[in-house]
Amino acid sequence: MKIKVIVTLKNGVLDPQGKAIQQTLNGMNFLNVEDVRQGKFFEISVNENDEKNAKLQVEEMCKKLLANLVIEDYKII
Amino acid sequence: MKSSVIIFPGSNCDRDMDVALKKFGFKNTMVWHNDQSIPKSDLIVLPGGFSYGDYLRCGSIASKSKIIHSVIDFANSGGLVLGICNGFQILTETGLLPGILQQNKYLNFICKNVFVKVKDKNNKYFKNIKKEILELHIAHNEGNFFCTEKELKNLEDNNQIAVTYCNSNGLEDDKSNPNGATKNIAGIFNKNKNILGMMPHPERMIDKYLSGEDGSLFFENLLGNL
Repeated sequence: MKIKVIVTLKNGVLDPQGKAIQQTLNGMNFLNVEDVRQGKFFEISVNENDEKNAKLQVEEMCKKLLANLVIEDYKII
Repeated sequence: MKSSVIIFPGSNCDRDMDVALKKFGFKNTMVWHNDQSIPKSDLIVLPGGFSYGDYLRCGSIASKSKIIHSVIDFANSGGLVLGICNGFQILTETGLLPGILQQNKYLNFICKNVFVKVKDKNNKYFKNIKKEILELHIAHNEGNFFCTEKELKNLEDNNQIAVTYCNSNGLEDDKSNPNGATKNIAGIFNKNKNILGMMPHPERMIDKYLSGEDGSLFFENLLGNL
């Protein structure tokens, strides 16, 4: 079973790369781009048939390794 | 006095640290990250570099490595643990130190000499140090210290801020903050002050002719306090 996770910076945490991407997009004439936040995407294959169980395990992975909860939020999709 | 330097795949300041520790009289052992235990030590050093290629987040993979359990046990029993640069990043990822080192504010890798101010002397690292403003070297892409407001308050209330970026006169202004770190923070202690993490590299400033000797002051002083 494949579980997908998105890790993003929390609101209010400085994202200099996102800012640079936004400025580049503005420079490419995408003038209505007001903000860009960059994140990470994980696709985790778990040998597990029960989706609920798999997601519970992935949640533990997020808390322990995939995200740093000081600055990041995670979303299991 | 005995020290151990932990080597992770991608560490690159481990030998410089070995040279520095030995120069000032430590009997140093190099310990591989996959080892089970650390020899009896008075000081454990997590050196600078790019452990595990900085994958995921700087220091995050090293913070789950085999040897790190021994480092955490040693630190929790009051042993001195010094993390420099990537070592500092590893210490925050293990949770031994609060906060995180984010990407530098202006997205550039910074490699230059900076001045830092010693903010607390009530600890084994800086007690009796001869100078309060040290010229040290930094080389990092992720040195922008960030923590929650609550953590910052705790750091300030408990005098856990070890060193801050400043100018040559000791002024801690925005201009002398190279990476956007909160409150110009360059290094912090844990609550008991046996763990020190800092971005600047004292091991790169131990030679009168090549660099400068403010790193020598740091190591001589540390040894004198043990």
